[in-house]
Amino acid sequence: MAYLDIQNLHASIGDIEILKGVNLQINKGEVHALMGPNGSGKSTLSSVIMGHPSYDVTEGDILLEGESILEMDPDERARAGLFLCFQYPVAIPGVSISNFLKKAMDARHPEGKTPAGPFLKEMRENMAYLDMDKSFANRGLNEGFSGGEKKRMEILQMMMFKPGIAIMDETDSGLDIDALQVVSKGVNKMRGPDLGLLVITHYERILNYIEPEHLHVLMDGQVVMSGGPELVKKLEEYGYDWVREQTMATA
Amino acid sequence: MPEFDTDSDLIKEYKYGFFTDIESDTIPKGLNEEVVAMISGKKNEPVWMLEWRLKAYRRWLKMKSPRWAFLDYPEIDFQNIHYYSAPKQNVDSTELDPELMKTFERLGIPMNEHDALSGVAMDVVFDSVSVGTTHKELLEEQGILFCSISEAIQKHPELVKKYLGTVVPPGDNYYAALNSAVFTDGSFCYIPKGVTCPVELSTYFRINAADTGQFERTLIICDDHATCSYLEGCTAPARDSNQLHAAVVEIVALDHAEVKYSTVQNWYAGDKDGQGGIYNFVTKRGHCRGIKSKISWTQVEVGAAITWKYPSCVLEGDGSSGEFYSVAFTNNKMQADTGTKMIHVGKNTSSTIVSKGISAGQSSNNYRGLVKVYPGATHARNHSACDSLLIGRECSANTFPYIESEDDTAALAHEATTSTISEEQLFYLKSRGISEEDAASMVVRGFCKDVFKHLPLEFSVEAVKLLEIKLEGSIG
Ligand SMILES: Nc1ncnc2c1ncn2[C@@H]1O[C@H](COP(=O)(O)OP(=O)(O)OP(=O)(O)O)[C@@H](O)[C@H]1O
Ligand SMILES: [Mg+2]
Repeated sequence: MAYLDIQNLHASIGDIEILKGVNLQINKGEVHALMGPNGSGKSTLSSVIMGHPSYDVTEGDILLEGESILEMDPDERARAGLFLCFQYPVAIPGVSISNFLKKAMDARHPEGKTPAGPFLKEMRENMAYLDMDKSFANRGLNEGFSGGEKKRMEILQMMMFKPGIAIMDETDSGLDIDALQVVSKGVNKMRGPDLGLLVITHYERILNYIEPEHLHVLMDGQVVMSGGPELVKKLEEYGYDWVREQTMATA
Repeated sequence: MPEFDTDSDLIKEYKYGFFTDIESDTIPKGLNEEVVAMISGKKNEPVWMLEWRLKAYRRWLKMKSPRWAFLDYPEIDFQNIHYYSAPKQNVDSTELDPELMKTFERLGIPMNEHDALSGVAMDVVFDSVSVGTTHKELLEEQGILFCSISEAIQKHPELVKKYLGTVVPPGDNYYAALNSAVFTDGSFCYIPKGVTCPVELSTYFRINAADTGQFERTLIICDDHATCSYLEGCTAPARDSNQLHAAVVEIVALDHAEVKYSTVQNWYAGDKDGQGGIYNFVTKRGHCRGIKSKISWTQVEVGAAITWKYPSCVLEGDGSSGEFYSVAFTNNKMQADTGTKMIHVGKNTSSTIVSKGISAGQSSNNYRGLVKVYPGATHARNHSACDSLLIGRECSANTFPYIESEDDTAALAHEATTSTISEEQLFYLKSRGISEEDAASMVVRGFCKDVFKHLPLEFSVEAVKLLEIKLEGSIG
């Protein structure tokens, strides 16, 4: 039984079905990449896993450690070990990063409070690791952040929360080479037997830094192809038309 | 034993909603010249004070209650109100009545000197009278006068005569005229030349008796190069009937003087259906009379069924400045029409307005502000930012910024935004493990940050807690 087990997941928004039977299994210690054309449903899948209220799951299930999480609120899912690096993180004006991180850590703590000293130390160390200036801790969450700063902020949170599964929705998009290296450095530091990763991307370049063992292709709301690292090269070379041909042929 | 209202839900919602059963000296309901004279008589006032009151009363009779605000309430029956109610105290004793002591303990206000909050000198007004002021000696050493206005009329008549009604004249508006006629107590502060007041000065207003109006009058004077910070808090029992609170606050700042006035207004707001609650009709105005003087208003308004309040600054001294920082929270059927007036008269005057309105339930929350620049008030500057946050779909918010500039050199900037707590913000915070309620309160706190940071530290912690309590149950 996989740690995160997505079974025949159908999800819609209003009357529009976007996910049409997604199957995907991710274990701790594994790194999976998910690629697929624009509009194929990658962000929708991430949102549905996290429990976004706009989407209705009409069929199938999402199991975490064998238990269905469909009835759980997003905050419960987060505390159970799921984490999503948003493609477009929203700003929460006036809420400082340190304050926000503290609240989120408190929410995870069995006694409802993380001791401030060790928390601050860890936050500062992680920020330094991600080349973030100390002054960031006092800035409003994502308030006026550049695209790259927002993505670093997402990685910082992942490092603080230490999830069992992290979904990175196009964390590499819009990053310059330096930022990409920093982000990858953060991810690779987290990598290990306690973390399962799903890296959603359009580009091969991040996969050179974060080497996935598995690659899946999502098209029109379904995982239509899965394979090992060698599939990355093929996709890069032949494009999604080739995938379509392949799946047509097997269908 | 203090009696508690039987409706325990009310108590839960408003923890200051209890009533103290204490013998009181109350004059019969109704308003006429005799009642005005009785109030004056109760306080042993000199004749000039009585005449001042009667003049104001006659003015008031000729005036009409203002109806331009965005507020909906029935006509107030001024004959159905007690204009004076005072707890009976043992005249020989300097100690407070034990019932009163208990009340203040429940309100979290330490009244005996040795428990008194260390950086705060406190005056407490219970219904119509001041029941005690702490830290008297410390203040006297510095020549600071801090006492009830009744005491000031007796002991410092020359100062009261010189300043009372000079910032808010009795005929200024309907409620100011009423207050001038029947004001019962309030605080008086005078900070002498060059003195920086070493503690926060604070007044706590408590309405206890039923059907009683509270008409307090506060007068603060900061002489040349003097500074002080003043805090005001208020609560009232939860009752089904509406009660009127019509205060006047006057501040005078002379050359280089600085006054910071902070309010946390938590009057009983009525129940979910809008039954009961305080009608809060307040005139607060500061006069920057001296050069480079500064008056700053910070208000956190979370209570009262109706709020009609525009703390203002008249910037007469050259180089003087005025500030207004406001958080107004309305819920259920509450209505607020609040804002400020910045009147630029002197040269090089500047003003800042930051207003944050939060509406929930079926409440209505309006910002109304005026920035006026008189001819010759050269190089006046104003910056106004008025933001509204809506929680739910049944509430409303409006912004009425009036700008009247009669000088070409003025630089005035106004920004306004209206937003809701978005589903995406809540989802983002929840996806980090934060509960829905904490997430919403985080967004609201963030929204209010630019105002809260101007409150004295202890007050700001209090304000945040209060807002959180008020928010509970209004999300979702
Ligand atoms: N709230 C919504 N309302 C209507 N349609 C939606 C909504 N959210 C997603 N969709 C639709 O669902 C489809 C999948 O969108 P999604 O954002 O999941 O794609 P994606 O694979 O992440 O694309 P990209 O690579 O561009 O990020 C799109 O056609 C999109 O328009
Ligand atoms: Mg996407």
